[in-house]
Amino acid sequence: MNDSSLLTRSAADVASDIAAGRLPRDAALEASLAAMASENAGPDGLNAVLWSDAAGAHADIAALSLNPMQLLTGIPVAIKDNIATRTMPTTCGSKILEGYVSPFEATVIARLRAAGAVIPMKTNMDEFAMGSSTENSAYGVTQHPLDHTRVPGGSSGGSAAVVAAGVTRIALGSETGGSVRQPAAFCGIVGVKPTYGRVSRHGLVAFASSLDQVGVFGTTVDDAALGLQVIAGVDPLDSTTVDVPVADYRAARSVADDQPLTGVVVGRPVEYYPESLDPRMRTLLERSADHLRALGAEVRDVSLPHTSLAIPVYYIVAPAEASSNLARFDGVRYGLRVEGDGLRGMYEATRSQGFGPEVTRRILLGTYVLSAGYYDAYYKRAMAVRRLIADDFTKVFASGVHVLLTPTTPSTAFLAGSRSDPYEMYLSDIFTATANLAGVPAMSQPIGRIDGLPVGGQLLAAHFDESTMFRVAYALERALGREAHT
Amino acid sequence: MAVSEQDVRHVAALARLGLADDRVQALVGELNGILAHMDVLQQVEVGGASLDPDAAHRIRMRDDVPNPIALHRAREDFAPNMRDGLFLVPRLSTHGTAESADDEDEG
Repeated sequence: MNDSSLLTRSAADVASDIAAGRLPRDAALEASLAAMASENAGPDGLNAVLWSDAAGAHADIAALSLNPMQLLTGIPVAIKDNIATRTMPTTCGSKILEGYVSPFEATVIARLRAAGAVIPMKTNMDEFAMGSSTENSAYGVTQHPLDHTRVPGGSSGGSAAVVAAGVTRIALGSETGGSVRQPAAFCGIVGVKPTYGRVSRHGLVAFASSLDQVGVFGTTVDDAALGLQVIAGVDPLDSTTVDVPVADYRAARSVADDQPLTGVVVGRPVEYYPESLDPRMRTLLERSADHLRALGAEVRDVSLPHTSLAIPVYYIVAPAEASSNLARFDGVRYGLRVEGDGLRGMYEATRSQGFGPEVTRRILLGTYVLSAGYYDAYYKRAMAVRRLIADDFTKVFASGVHVLLTPTTPSTAFLAGSRSDPYEMYLSDIFTATANLAGVPAMSQPIGRIDGLPVGGQLLAAHFDESTMFRVAYALERALGREAHT
Repeated sequence: MAVSEQDVRHVAALARLGLADDRVQALVGELNGILAHMDVLQQVEVGGASLDPDAAHRIRMRDDVPNPIALHRAREDFAPNMRDGLFLVPRLSTHGTAESADDEDEG
């Protein structure tokens, strides 16, 4: 039986009802599969789902033990195609990994399953998470759920699209420079990038290891907080995770106080509000700031002076790390293998035919900035400037600011095929890449619309202070109400 | 620092990427277009900024001992060619068949 109204209820409520036996255990899964069937396929479909496993998900549902302590009992969660699952392929949107099925599962998948979630689908993405539009996938472009002529953002555009289209309430993506927050902003949903080290990367196919984090999409702040609650925490299989206690991110969801943000200081970094910012976006951000003031917060202007250097730094550091991480895809161990002249010829034929243009460009760029004669001028200098960017955040949070409020993106969702210049596309990350470079947590939530297209407001917090970030996000979401989507 | 056609061919060789000639020409322009935006970093006064990427993230180090990874399938299931506990990978076509070289090192 399919009850599509279930998809309008919070994941926490539905999980609670399933665990208590008030709903059939497969109710949410059936609704999700039906929505996927109507939204995803065909010439007018989103092409957001690459692989699905209804039979496996049903089997997992049948084997569930109903436990009220499990936060996601019976809840379907969509997974970006660069996170290892054992029942479906993990291709990273690339031809070079076509048909590859991982022999192990990512820690985040194991934690979702342990919480009672089921994994019925894997979602489209820019190849190896390199892109901001989900136009770079070897398996076709994903369309924006509200306007099929536009992109859903990227690189986690498939996960954003399925949540925005009501196929699932929660999805996982990955962040390297904004790949969860930017598509969340474009699609009008919530997207969270946790602190670097907050969530295990074991089983996340590496792009740039010092920047990558698994992120969470949710229809609402509570859905996203619930998803992060389940997957956060130290993992012995990822030595970059940090053993900091995981707080109750949902503690602020039902605060009755009419001034729930009393004592909270919200900073507005002037560098994120340039003269060139769309005045309509500025107005929406000002409206959000007004709400935060009314809720008791102090809003003050601050400065992160090295912000403008984030894109040059990011597009040196990330390709450099990618050029190393992607060296493993050589036709010997994974996926595609194209014969050539000897071993070297096989490597070159496999990689040139297996990787798409953007991945090839970034591997070359990364190899160049690490090569003899250019390492000091590019990579070493970029790492020094990265330190300055991180220090900006340290100083502003040490000054008494608890969260920062900024635009998530410089524009709303752009037209598919409209950005052919690589650097113009890279500038889509201009407000998001700083958080990855500094390792701080950040999230995007809808704060209004321009010409019918969603606009995201970004909140950033100090390392491991996701709790305060969610506290502000819950309060702002409640204060905005329907304004967030109009 | 402009990238030349020779540079592109050099880094492509380092990266084990085969590139057609017309693609090399296009990449010269694309990489120069991107790298032109990186020149701003040369003007930044970095002072004593740390170059340690780990410093920003408080990375802890675990004991240097191997951890077993819980595999959901036996190794033999996803790498059917094994010998003496080692994975065997497909032979190169230019190196003949496995049958013709039973005593050679395949992996």
